[in-house]
Amino acid sequence: MSAVDQVLERQVQGDTRFQLVDCDIHPSLKHKKALHPYLEKHWRDHLDAYGSLAHCVYAGRGGPYPRFTPETARRDAWPPNGNPPGSDLEFMQVQHLDAHNVKFGILQPIVGANNARNTDLSAALCTATNDWQVDEFTSKDKRLKASIHIGAEDAELAVEEIERRAGDRNFAQIQLGSRSVEPIGRKRYWPIFEAAERNDMPIGFHVGGPSPYAPSPSGWPDYYIEDHHVLTHSAHAQVASMILEGVFELFPKLRIVMIEAGFAWVPSLGWRLDNHWRKMRSETPRCKRPPSEYLRQNVWFTTQPAEEPERREELRLLFDLIGFDRMMFATDYPHWDFDDPQRAIVMPMTPAERQMLFHDNAMNFYANLD
Amino acid sequence: MSISDAIDCDIHPGVPTIKALLPYMNDYWREAFIARGQDNFQPASYLPNSPIACRPDWRDGDAIPGSNFDLLQKHALDGFGARFAICNVLYGGSFTISETMGAAICSAVNDWVRAEWLARDPRLRASIVVPSQNPRLAVEEIERLAGDRRFVQVLMPVALDMMLGKQHYWPIFEAATRHDLPIGLHAGSLYRYAPTTNGWPSHYLQDYVSNNHAFESQLLSLIFQGVFVKFPELKIVLIESGVTWLPGFLWRARKTWRAVRPEVPWVDESPIDIVRRHVRLTAQPIDAPGDPAVLERVLDQIGSDDMLLFATDYPHWQFDADRVLPEGVPARLVEKMARDNPLATYPRLRETIQ
Amino acid sequence: MARHIVAALAEIPSGSQKLVHVEGRSIAVFNVNGELFGISDTCPHQGGSLAAGATVGLTTSTEPGKFCHSRPGEFIRCPWHSWEFDLRTGKSWCDPRKFRARPYDLSVESGETLVAGPYVAETFGVSVEDQYIVVEL
Repeated sequence: MSAVDQVLERQVQGDTRFQLVDCDIHPSLKHKKALHPYLEKHWRDHLDAYGSLAHCVYAGRGGPYPRFTPETARRDAWPPNGNPPGSDLEFMQVQHLDAHNVKFGILQPIVGANNARNTDLSAALCTATNDWQVDEFTSKDKRLKASIHIGAEDAELAVEEIERRAGDRNFAQIQLGSRSVEPIGRKRYWPIFEAAERNDMPIGFHVGGPSPYAPSPSGWPDYYIEDHHVLTHSAHAQVASMILEGVFELFPKLRIVMIEAGFAWVPSLGWRLDNHWRKMRSETPRCKRPPSEYLRQNVWFTTQPAEEPERREELRLLFDLIGFDRMMFATDYPHWDFDDPQRAIVMPMTPAERQMLFHDNAMNFYANLD
Repeated sequence: MSISDAIDCDIHPGVPTIKALLPYMNDYWREAFIARGQDNFQPASYLPNSPIACRPDWRDGDAIPGSNFDLLQKHALDGFGARFAICNVLYGGSFTISETMGAAICSAVNDWVRAEWLARDPRLRASIVVPSQNPRLAVEEIERLAGDRRFVQVLMPVALDMMLGKQHYWPIFEAATRHDLPIGLHAGSLYRYAPTTNGWPSHYLQDYVSNNHAFESQLLSLIFQGVFVKFPELKIVLIESGVTWLPGFLWRARKTWRAVRPEVPWVDESPIDIVRRHVRLTAQPIDAPGDPAVLERVLDQIGSDDMLLFATDYPHWQFDADRVLPEGVPARLVEKMARDNPLATYPRLRETIQ
Repeated sequence: MARHIVAALAEIPSGSQKLVHVEGRSIAVFNVNGELFGISDTCPHQGGSLAAGATVGLTTSTEPGKFCHSRPGEFIRCPWHSWEFDLRTGKSWCDPRKFRARPYDLSVESGETLVAGPYVAETFGVSVEDQYIVVEL
């Protein structure tokens, strides 16, 4: 261990019980039919017969890329009762919320609701998912806050769901996937942004979602090791699309957070957009200012999976370039690429910066955290 | 910053119309293009009238950018004092749906470059454009031209019919390494797939900026399919990819590899080391931050002074006046980019000056 | 140096693993086909408990597309980020010079021998009929 590492190590160890707002916790279903109680009979019958048809190669499983661990989870996150990781509140409390002094945790359900191709089914599943989060989690533990899970592809139904939940203090944000059927800045999605701004609810884009397109502009990579990496490009694309389509001119108070996409890409995306917008701005009249200004004004980032530069000081540079006030810590519990609050962001920080990263920024960003 | 005697690793002669290529086609294809009345095979991933396609003070009326030899000579070769410049022609043969038509256009482009560009200025070198749509035909084209040592590279758009690391493409890598030719991947897409994983953006600007999704995913494919294990001599040159995205890419690639490397056990070293050994980037554009000190630090994060190659990207609009490189590129790196790195990357340039 | 009893052998049968604590240290103990291995439990990457990981074999390759599998059960994959550690050396596969879990030498001794002392049994009594896993610290 180098001298610098030792200092950093001590710095971390001396400060272990800070209050944490965890911006990415994944609740999961106890079993495949756990949403059934929240669905009308015809949808229950539909699911039993046809399942939820998404843009995917397999009938009985989620994504096309088989993951590296069961349920994409930490191997130590299985509750003693054998139910899936993230499905058992009591175990989540002991293993995560209590252990890491979590003051608030934002639930990000990934239960297949927002990617059903049948948008009526998707809307019903999203409503069920939102009822289920409250029933199973947020009503039982006030530290947990739900996401208004919506399917973006039918904006009208999505807005109905936002309106249904917006006054409910169980919910802290609107949740969208970083993948969508069209670039998210396009006009057909604007009603969602309008409703978010009007209700003062932030929108979190969690990586994943219902894209019918290949993960790469050159098609389908063979391996999970590739897909897991290029997933972040969907977040780059959504940010670029919202900026260039003028979403932040139309809805200037919109607060967006990109979740689980890492963040080392953010400064260079801003520079790249600015550089080429300078020459081709005539094409995007609704984008009135250098794109990086909207990035700085309207977009936040959760840190996980935090990139691991070869030299730790380079991590610090990223925070300085993006803005310390835009960075919010997330663990991704109980998933395998979990970031440990004590160990993932190891770099020199002032106590005030630490407080912003692990607590204040999220407290200010999210709705209903008080 | 003005640099004389540099090796310019990316300039773009423009094919004016298909008529310019007809003399280099066989009777069948010459008749076919005339009888069918087909022209305008400029790729949509480089719109010829868009601002980026030609710097305003280099425009020649409505002419296709780069199509005027005298202007290219004046602006790019004399203007920047180039010792050598590598011609990368972006034209329809590399993009066609039809493999046979693609091969015919690529062959014509290569012979046109040889006769009308290389023959007219000894400073010019060129890439062999190939129909990657059919690797067997691509290899035939490499074999046909490899004897002419002024062809120093094989050129393909970065977004293709499928992921580049697949064995489908390995015959191209085999032929290229056997003939001392790096593979150049240029910004651009065959548009077989959407330019982003979220579909088709409204704007060309977003298409262009999203090219780095293709560069990153193709690098991952080359690394994790084991292409550099199979072809240890292979060099990949990313052309017009931008530069500042690279460190973040490397960090994420290493992090993911450390976790799930048993999926691809033939990759038995860090992707960062593999990229540093096998991958080069033309430094146009760099996509630099406003603060030169930050640029210097980002370039340092790349962790190697061997990777960047000097380029003007003529006639594309990447910089103004003679400010080819932004402030913040350290002098020692400029030296290497301008001479040592191109010579180390292109064996055929090296042999020319020995 | 003192001998510490970490577990009764019967508690960790072949194919199983257990987290034990000795003098404030957390040690992950593995029984791989009757052979015992001990490494420090805390993953040097982000601190996952290696005792909660999955034991796997060593995956290598002779050429792209070919998978070779050897040394079944002799590597532990961290339960968090799946980093692999060689149970024989504690070294990580991905960066063996920089990241390693400390290996511990374990031995099996009979209760009869141990009762003669000296030894330290922190949590349980020793029966002369049983066999025990012992680490010297």
